Amino acid sequence: MAIDTRELNTNALQAQGITIDPLDDTSMVVNMGPQHPSTHGVLRVVLELDGETITKAVCHIGYVHTGIEKSMEYQTYLKAVTNTDRMDYLSAHINNAAYTLSVEKLLGIEPPPRGQYLRVMLMEVQRIASHLVWLATHCLDIGAMTVFFYAFVQREKLLDLTEMMSGVRMMPSWIVPGGLRGDAPDGWLERAKEFCDGFPKALAEIEDLLNANPIWRDRTQGVGIISAEECLELGVSGPTLRGSGIAHDARKATPYSSYEDFKFYVPVGEYCDVYDRFRVRMAEMYQSREIIKQCIENMPTGPVNVDDRKIVPPPRRELDNSMEAVIHHFKLWTEGFHPPVGESYVPLESPKGEIGFYIVSDGTNRPYRAHMRPPSFMNLQALSKMCAGRLIADVVAVIGSIDIVLGEIDR
Amino acid sequence: MATETETQERIEIQKIRDNFPEALLGVDTFRGDTRLLVKGENIVEICELFKNDPDLQYNFFSECLGVDYLDYRDGYRFEVVYNLYSLPYEKNGVKIGKNHRIFLKVPVPEENPTVPSVTSVYPAAEFPEREIFDMFGVRFTGHPDLRRILMPDDWVGHPQRKDYPLGGERVQFPENKLGPSIGEVAVQHPGESFVGKTGDAQGEAYRKR
Amino acid sequence: MARTVTEISLHDSATPTPSFGPSGSPLVLAKLDELVNWGRRNSMWPLTFGLACCAIEMMASVSSRFDISRFGAEVFRATPRQADVMIVAGRVSTKMGPVLRQIYDQMPNPKWVISMGACASSGGVYNNYAVIQGVDQIVPVDVYVPGCPPSPDALLYAIIKLQEKVKAGGSGAVIELSPVFKRA
Repeated sequence: MAIDTRELNTNALQAQGITIDPLDDTSMVVNMGPQHPSTHGVLRVVLELDGETITKAVCHIGYVHTGIEKSMEYQTYLKAVTNTDRMDYLSAHINNAAYTLSVEKLLGIEPPPRGQYLRVMLMEVQRIASHLVWLATHCLDIGAMTVFFYAFVQREKLLDLTEMMSGVRMMPSWIVPGGLRGDAPDGWLERAKEFCDGFPKALAEIEDLLNANPIWRDRTQGVGIISAEECLELGVSGPTLRGSGIAHDARKATPYSSYEDFKFYVPVGEYCDVYDRFRVRMAEMYQSREIIKQCIENMPTGPVNVDDRKIVPPPRRELDNSMEAVIHHFKLWTEGFHPPVGESYVPLESPKGEIGFYIVSDGTNRPYRAHMRPPSFMNLQALSKMCAGRLIADVVAVIGSIDIVLGEIDR
Repeated sequence: MATETETQERIEIQKIRDNFPEALLGVDTFRGDTRLLVKGENIVEICELFKNDPDLQYNFFSECLGVDYLDYRDGYRFEVVYNLYSLPYEKNGVKIGKNHRIFLKVPVPEENPTVPSVTSVYPAAEFPEREIFDMFGVRFTGHPDLRRILMPDDWVGHPQRKDYPLGGERVQFPENKLGPSIGEVAVQHPGESFVGKTGDAQGEAYRKR
Repeated sequence: MARTVTEISLHDSATPTPSFGPSGSPLVLAKLDELVNWGRRNSMWPLTFGLACCAIEMMASVSSRFDISRFGAEVFRATPRQADVMIVAGRVSTKMGPVLRQIYDQMPNPKWVISMGACASSGGVYNNYAVIQGVDQIVPVDVYVPGCPPSPDALLYAIIKLQEKVKAGGSGAVIELSPVFKRA
């Protein structure tokens, strides 16, 4: 059997868009991932190198493809919420909210003010937590290990808030169609306030380690440049887009869940590089903390859920003495509700960019099709452009600066 | 949210009628969103028009996705939905973008599932179109690199088609029922929720619409 | 050093210790197996192998509050050649399965596997076409950790359980002979 394996390999590479000139000694193909400490999961990048300079970077994804969208088609609207946590697992509350707002648009309902404010608060808590993981891993990739421990100390406090509210650290499914699974427990707002008081000092401490650090600046400034126009062409959104100077934020452009009540500004970068994206995210954390503070100060009283037993289960105490409540409870958890026929999409601002669920309802109790607009998936398309012409060591810095989450890319 | 009202026809519809009189197949408005069903062969020109027209300025390709309607729609099976957004921003004192969102839908027949690729207009469509190819088997002509993206390269079938089984492992339930996810076709799972009569009838009507 | 000596002699109750010279002699006797296992179990080097959500909790267990280094397992290695224990943290898709098996094969013996979370242990809620229904279908698993995702405490408990297993004489994976040896 005379199979020329070299020829086979060349053919396989050609199918992936990489051409190798056999006479050209300088070009080399390096595989990075899927098991690599700096690819934030299981991203695989095939790099075409000229010496140490990258000429092309091709992303291979799908290594944590979970079939979540297909699974959601087999579950009722309320059960499908739990799947959304596991898409972008760093910002579970925001995924829940994206799905929930889309379903609520189908149903034509809106939760009462307290529910909306608590949602905003949870989402901002989650945004800071997500940015802290980004900060920790991004710095770890580039070599600043201390920041990892500092950032996780703060993140644990945020997870405590989520745990106090919902009982779990990472996968709460607390924001559901109709409102929230429950109100905030006693002492929760005080605990959040405590965090808000201590957080700026802690973050400033981390910033002191990085902002003027010559190694950090050398590794990030002027690296991974992408212009605003290229960002728009490639569908890039979120902090990566803002780092290139476009002050677009879905919280401002298309306010949802009463974001129009809050005062905050949208930080933008200027030089379109990794350092600017780092600064943008750091500034965003301070802004999120401002929003949480405003939430605590102006928290309305009243119920958190809509007053509709067909959508929101009755409270536990009613089940003891009301037959109707028992029936509602049973019907809701077995059959669920039936949104009207239609399609809906609500854009939200996740820590990665524009997120939203496109839900097709055929009038049954299960989504006919639920599709998430994955921000990291779109942002990842910019990787090749950002890496081209840079050194191989810059790839990890660029991947960190896009802040990808593979669970959401592959779904 | 886009500022259009349900009574007033959106400018995009007029633009399509003016430029491509044959292309518009249907208009659907629901809760303030507008969805235009357009012919597949015109989708590239329409996207070009939407992107470059100074009244529209759809500069941001949000996403595109596929929907499988099986045989519920007349004459076609799949729909590709393009989600375009006119992203507002300011550059050198000039305001760009209208903060509008529009959904374009393209019907795709089962026998010949091809749609022209819009990557020449919106480079951002590269990954989403690959995903639709992977999950639904819709081919995009003119796509620079149409390969599977999420599933392994040697995978057979297109998982998100409705006639593709959910798969997974057999799970034994009481009374010797097996499920979920073993059916040859997409059937309702024992052990999962049951479907209400009213809702199902409604859904049937919708899909046959 | 004194602490070390005490610890070894604890597992040595069955073997009589011959005494040379006056009491307080520096000589210590131990079974080689137990000595080696003692060393192995107190310095488990995990492989950096984050797949999905559980990887974040794995990172949290390394960080300050939980501090996995109290159990000697903080040295996360990026290469399988230097790792003792593979923590499969997250769902294993059909596309990732062959990669995971290859990485497992690249790890030197003895090696252990912790299956972290519901997805890695049984497929979890994803009973569908994309996810391998339990990583034990492709690699042998020593400890299963339930949870979605398991809290860092649960992972620490799994490490302790694995240490107990090693102490009891678990030699890691079965050492397979290569075909060359079998023929001879």
